[in-house]
Amino acid sequence: MEPVPVRTFSLRKMFTGTGFFPFIVRRLLTAVLLILGITFIAFSVTQLVPGDPVAANLGQSAYSDPEIVAAFEKEFGLDQPVPIQYITYLGKLVQGDLGVSLSSKRPVAEDLREYFPATLEIAMFAVFVALVLGILLGTISAMTRDRLPDQIIRVFSLTGVSMPVFWTAITAFYIFFFVLGWAPGTGRLEPGAEPPPTVTGLFTIDALLNGDLSTSKEALSYLLLPALVLAVYALGVITRFTRASVLEILGNDYVRTARSKGLSEFTVIRRHVLRPALLSIITIAGVAFASLLAGSVLVENVFSWPGLGQYAYRSAVGLDLPGIMGVSMVVATVFILMNLLVDVLYRVIDPQMRDAG
Amino acid sequence: MTLLRVADLTVTLATSAGDAEAVRNLSFEIDHGEILGIAGESGSGKTMTALSIIGLLPYKGKATGSIYFDGREILTSSKKEYRDIRGKDIAMIFQDPMTSLHPMLTIETQLTEHLRHHRKVSKGSARQSALELLDTVKIPDPASALKAHAGQFSGGMRQRIAIAMALACDPKLLIADEPTTALDVTVQAGILKLLRQLRSERDLSIMIITHDLGVLSSLTDRIMIMYAGSEAESGTAPDLLLHPRHPYTQGLISALPGVARQGKVLTTIGGSPPELGNFPTGCAFHERCSYAQTSCSLEVPSVLQVSDNHRMFCPINPLAEKSVK
Ligand SMILES: Nc1ncnc2c1ncn2[C@@H]1O[C@H](COP(=O)(O)OP(=O)(O)OP(=O)(O)O)[C@@H](O)[C@H]1O
Ligand SMILES: [Mg+2]
Repeated sequence: MEPVPVRTFSLRKMFTGTGFFPFIVRRLLTAVLLILGITFIAFSVTQLVPGDPVAANLGQSAYSDPEIVAAFEKEFGLDQPVPIQYITYLGKLVQGDLGVSLSSKRPVAEDLREYFPATLEIAMFAVFVALVLGILLGTISAMTRDRLPDQIIRVFSLTGVSMPVFWTAITAFYIFFFVLGWAPGTGRLEPGAEPPPTVTGLFTIDALLNGDLSTSKEALSYLLLPALVLAVYALGVITRFTRASVLEILGNDYVRTARSKGLSEFTVIRRHVLRPALLSIITIAGVAFASLLAGSVLVENVFSWPGLGQYAYRSAVGLDLPGIMGVSMVVATVFILMNLLVDVLYRVIDPQMRDAG
Repeated sequence: MTLLRVADLTVTLATSAGDAEAVRNLSFEIDHGEILGIAGESGSGKTMTALSIIGLLPYKGKATGSIYFDGREILTSSKKEYRDIRGKDIAMIFQDPMTSLHPMLTIETQLTEHLRHHRKVSKGSARQSALELLDTVKIPDPASALKAHAGQFSGGMRQRIAIAMALACDPKLLIADEPTTALDVTVQAGILKLLRQLRSERDLSIMIITHDLGVLSSLTDRIMIMYAGSEAESGTAPDLLLHPRHPYTQGLISALPGVARQGKVLTTIGGSPPELGNFPTGCAFHERCSYAQTSCSLEVPSVLQVSDNHRMFCPINPLAEKSVK
């Protein structure tokens, strides 16, 4: 055994060291640079697309009045040269100000606070379902390789990854709402119902925190169908990927060693196989979550779910630069956090990563 | 007294070219406290023989015949019955110590999990046994070794840990698949000494697969030579090493390196061993045999008892005929 190194504080070590803390510091610094890069790209893209945000946000008659147009441009800083607009945006961003939406005329930060939790709620639910079910089905599939359960699961997971989200959403809505009448309808709650006081922005949880079980249940019933539709693709991906990585791990010598000890098959799978398999599953889960955010734009529109996807759609159609930028920032931050989470989990699961930094 | 009796074992494996027999009609016995050495070129079916005894053939592999262990037939026993034998009565040390330990679990977990599973002992007493086992296999500082992971040990240390793991439940039969091949000479000597000591202390029976002449001569009581999935010759260690009868054994022994190198092409036997699924008809060795006659490619050789404890499968070898007269 090597002697345990004495830990001394050093600024240099914080950036180059192999411990957990320097690792986080490095990652956060990278994250800031990434966000900066993303603002630049998003800004450039919105400038490059043809179309006039003023025309998109003012009515026909207002647009024909040069005075109103000038006032609108001045109010939103559109009369400034583009580089100045960008620098102004960055300056405000540092103070947490994301500007004012051209379409809703409200601060973008406020809009996001309202729309993002709705998306977070279905996305988290979908990821949870996809992960738990996907790992379970993928493992069963690998363990019954080439036999009936495996074949059934493979057909379903292939179907899952092949169906376009939009199509799944419309079909599911048609079947479960119009035909079977099981789904309560669109939106997050019954029309006109009072949303629970905002704590997290997730209705199911906020209602519970408020001690209001029936509202929580109602929110859950509205949430279920869009969340499951959203989960279908990720479920397919995670199932297929789990099967492949469990099969790969099953072929390892150390699994044969585990079996040679006479452990139950359950123990062999849970302790010796799933742990290494999780390493790759976590990576794919991060990717699946990303695709899920993209899918949410379509699902939210079908189910009139007032989330980030709908907001993004409206901002894009309205050439609402601050709105689009705001959505990009949120999505970028989510991605960066997901990646960070994946890397942290990696280190938790794999001792070699911990030792190697 | 016989602990293990393998009779007519045939192992069929699924290959890309269809099913192929990797082991063919193999029969042998191991007594209580006996050490049997198995040698033969790469691909002769040594590992598959071992895996069929412990019931862990690769995917789609099938064994037929009979494996009689400790008073009962185990080849036909259920998965559950096999799990109760594995790790407890029959333990195995695998060929490659670099890949046979789990990279993410602590040594403590790997040393104690089967002990706790089979013997239902408490965590504390399992830990105590693990410490003693590590001490037995001469791992320095067992307490901190328990907390470590496989990646922190060298090949020799890992092999010792694998041995400790195999011994945890005090098995009756230890199958060791080339346990010293990957190790340097001094470590090898230590492990051989350890195995000898375990045999005399615990009356352990050992089936050891090796290419190493030193191991064969210093450790084993009896030796079986395999070629193309079948026995070529078997006998007591000194007899077989000093008076090999089968042309293959003669070539093999003269070519065995003092320090074995796995997969080394034998210099004194021309050609290379046949590939799985492509074993020659008659005596599988006839294509490489300098004594071969026409009949060798036609007839499967029958057993020739050289003496009480020595037999071989080559009816026409002139050397053999001489000794029989
Ligand atoms: N999983 C498998 N599927 C199909 N064939 C296999 C499999 N594993 C091994 N074989 C083949 O079975 C034959 C016997 O292999 P085995 O491992 O028993 O040889 P061995 O005598 O142990 O050789 P070595 O000295 O190289 O370890 C070889 O031809 C090998 O290629
Ligand atoms: Mg082998």
